[in-house]
Amino acid sequence: MATEALAPPAAGAGPRIKSELTQQRLRAARWFLVPMLIALAVVAGWPLLRSIWFSFTDASLNNLYGAEWIGFGNYLRWQVLESGTVRWRGLLVDGAWWNAVWNTVRFAFTSVFFETIFGMIVALVLNAEFRGRGIVRAAILIPWAIPTIVSAKMWAWMLNDQFGILNDLGMRLGLLSQKVAWTAQAETAMTAVLVVDIWKTTPFMALLILAGLQMIPKDIYEAADIDGVHPVKQFFRITLPLVRPALMVAIIFRLLDALRIFDLIYVLTPNSVATKTMSVLARENLFDFDNFAYGSAQSTLLFLLIAVLTMLYIWLGKVRFDGGDR
Amino acid sequence: MASIELRNVRKAFGAVEVIKGVDLEVRKGEFMVFVGPSGCGKSTLLRLISGLEDITSGEMLFDGKVVNALAPSKRGIAMVFQSYALYPHMTVYENMAFGLTLEKGQSKEEIQRRVEKAADMLQIRQYLDRLPKQLSGGQRQRVAIGRAITRDPKVFLFDEPLSNLDAALRVATRIEIAKLHEEMNQVTMIYVTHDQVEAMTLADRICVLRDGLVEQVGSPMELYEHPNSVFVAGFIGSPKMNFISGEKAAAFNAETVGIRGEHIAIVPDNGTWSGTVIHTENLGADSYVYLEMGTEEPVVVRLDGANDYKSGDVVHIAPMEDKIHRFDGAGKPIR
Amino acid sequence: MTATFDLWKFTKSVLFYALVVFIVVVSVFPFYYAILTSLKSGTDLFRITYWPTSFDLGNYASVLNQGSFPRNLLNSVFVSAVTVIGALFIAVTASFALSRVRFRGRGLLLMTILAVSMFPQMAVLAGLFEVIRALGIYNTPWALIFSYTIFTLPFTVWVLTTFMRELPVEIEEAAIVDGASPWVIITRVFLPLMWPALVTTGLLAFIAAWNEFLFALTFTSSNDTRTVPVAIALLSGGSQFEIPWGIIMAASVIVTVPLVVLVLIFQRKIVSGLTAGGVKG
Repeated sequence: MATEALAPPAAGAGPRIKSELTQQRLRAARWFLVPMLIALAVVAGWPLLRSIWFSFTDASLNNLYGAEWIGFGNYLRWQVLESGTVRWRGLLVDGAWWNAVWNTVRFAFTSVFFETIFGMIVALVLNAEFRGRGIVRAAILIPWAIPTIVSAKMWAWMLNDQFGILNDLGMRLGLLSQKVAWTAQAETAMTAVLVVDIWKTTPFMALLILAGLQMIPKDIYEAADIDGVHPVKQFFRITLPLVRPALMVAIIFRLLDALRIFDLIYVLTPNSVATKTMSVLARENLFDFDNFAYGSAQSTLLFLLIAVLTMLYIWLGKVRFDGGDR
Repeated sequence: MASIELRNVRKAFGAVEVIKGVDLEVRKGEFMVFVGPSGCGKSTLLRLISGLEDITSGEMLFDGKVVNALAPSKRGIAMVFQSYALYPHMTVYENMAFGLTLEKGQSKEEIQRRVEKAADMLQIRQYLDRLPKQLSGGQRQRVAIGRAITRDPKVFLFDEPLSNLDAALRVATRIEIAKLHEEMNQVTMIYVTHDQVEAMTLADRICVLRDGLVEQVGSPMELYEHPNSVFVAGFIGSPKMNFISGEKAAAFNAETVGIRGEHIAIVPDNGTWSGTVIHTENLGADSYVYLEMGTEEPVVVRLDGANDYKSGDVVHIAPMEDKIHRFDGAGKPIR
Repeated sequence: MTATFDLWKFTKSVLFYALVVFIVVVSVFPFYYAILTSLKSGTDLFRITYWPTSFDLGNYASVLNQGSFPRNLLNSVFVSAVTVIGALFIAVTASFALSRVRFRGRGLLLMTILAVSMFPQMAVLAGLFEVIRALGIYNTPWALIFSYTIFTLPFTVWVLTTFMRELPVEIEEAAIVDGASPWVIITRVFLPLMWPALVTTGLLAFIAAWNEFLFALTFTSSNDTRTVPVAIALLSGGSQFEIPWGIIMAASVIVTVPLVVLVLIFQRKIVSGLTAGGVKG
């Protein structure tokens, strides 16, 4: 009841008497929100609309303002050849684009899958009481704190085909029969990217899951112990269901982040078709190949794809963010 | 120095109506206690008077003027919160002076004079430089009261101020508040509690609330002697009034009869009723005997001094005829 | 019977500690190896060692003495600091409104803010490029400060809203009775109580800005205006054998050490900041 304080009744019942206090607070709230709303409109809302608009034009990097509306041409257009056959062109029939989509989705789901498993393991370890727990927690924060670019470079060096320590280690342990050019070969490039990403982001996952674990009251486990429930069963019947809300939120945060991946791939495996994601491809078109409009179309599709996936996830997973209607 | 009048005041949170049409007058300089079980709306009613909460409909008047929409700071009120609500980062002095520093045209000297005067009243002058976290619970409560006094309010609002204190401090602070009321006898005070002892000991008048409505308003003794309903009869007084219904009540021409434990005598024989002792409590000055006699709850008899009844003893009891409360089927008294 | 039980228990704790050691080694090794590499020079670089063999600060000297790396460091500090201060300034009042005042559309607004912080920066890149060109701040630190607002502002608003919601209602009500306006409540009552939250949020936003790459790569074009992530990414020679690994690792260590130190100092606060808002579902 105390938290209901200061709140006028919900809409519908309609407060017939709006006191000076309520009015003053509503007025203040409005002014307090204005700077944020303007800032977000200028850096997010307007640029988003402009990007979408560009995708329907023939804009080029040096001719942003002379851009003309060409409709859906960047997405799909056709040409009737003299022979009478119809040739489809545009983003929706672009093999390179669909390859990038596939790469992105494959990357995002694989990395989040492994991060969730490893994050859960790390979180369970950190949730146990043992000597040196503080050191472990400090240690796992290090990958999180290292800038992505820096970790890409560090791993690029470790994965180096000739002088990389990982090849050396693999050969010494007998896991590899010859040195592998991890980042350069098409077959291993995606694995390399996944390894670095999982290494870098598992800590975030672990911390979010740990926070969820720590909200589970200890006495539930004590009760289960007394009832003689096997620890493995305890995990699946108690821990997992109770940590599920935290887990679902952590997964969507990570998934959205993975779907927009750019920097790691740009640095670790530049120009590799096997790892080129939507973001990398779109930026290439926008700024390197001077296909500004085409790149905009790719950005727009990327945005749409992520928006649809997110809504599906929230809807199917019944995820509740703390919307904070208190 | 203000009278407060509520006319058919209602308050709804969304679809839930919490205050369902309250008419009430609080007189100038009066100490009024709102009492009732949790969820009865007593705190909400206090917050409506403070202006922290908007009333949904009805009228609220201070000194005959409608204040429905007036901001709390302009109503001339001061409030003492259950959790003290001291500003943790300010010293005791700053806590007490904060409101005054926000008023225009208050000189530093005047603020200091008023803070020190309030501090002297509550004997917290030696703590003025401390932070709230360096004080005990009781001291914090005094600071909270001091902060309210400094504002020199016309109406003093207390929201369960003693509920976070331990039993001994609670009694001491209760006496303190009673003294405060004597010293500031021109200030209207409204005090919310769920503890009927606090209500009985502090109030000039008590307002018993139940389910968003006023059940009865009156002086403590009026409520004790002439409760307006079974609810009030059961709520006021300790131990709780005994209620007896069925045949035994029918003998008194009532649906239910109520009789307080202190108004029952144990007699050798020829009592009105008889029962089996199931439990006794000796408190030294007085003692309680619990009797099983077919009523919903055991009947409690309060005796002066100690007693030596044992479980299983069968005793005869006689209620004082003129102290019997008779109620009809709707729980209203028959007079 | 008892002996086998103890053996099982022993095995379990050995396995557990093995897992712990594995986690720590995997987490720390790349950073350790970067330091190790940065202290090697010449042909030493291409001899794989697992333990420190040389202590040569030559790579650090060349990173700091030649080229624009010191300048890039300054750029990074300036851009990140100004971005964070700006975001906090706007976020404090906004989060008061979002956490303390109930108004129609509040839930929707909160969801929108969360959505902005999560949506792909690629989607606004073209439009932002246009805005930045129009404002005439292309290839200046202001282009980055401007564009970084897209992720620092929603993040700080979101976290501060969560923090502010936890502040006791009665303290605010006491201030209202004392006659404090919303502005006074924020500046004189809430802000002093929120320093820990501000430090945490600011630190997290700082790290995010410090690590940003896409905007920095796109909106700056000269060595002097770049931030360190871009500078490190572009530190390369023509062919693979010319990549100056020693210098890259030295630069990486310089960029990372302050972050690691900050993170270790503010460990607890960072963990609480990261999880705030996320797991209250």
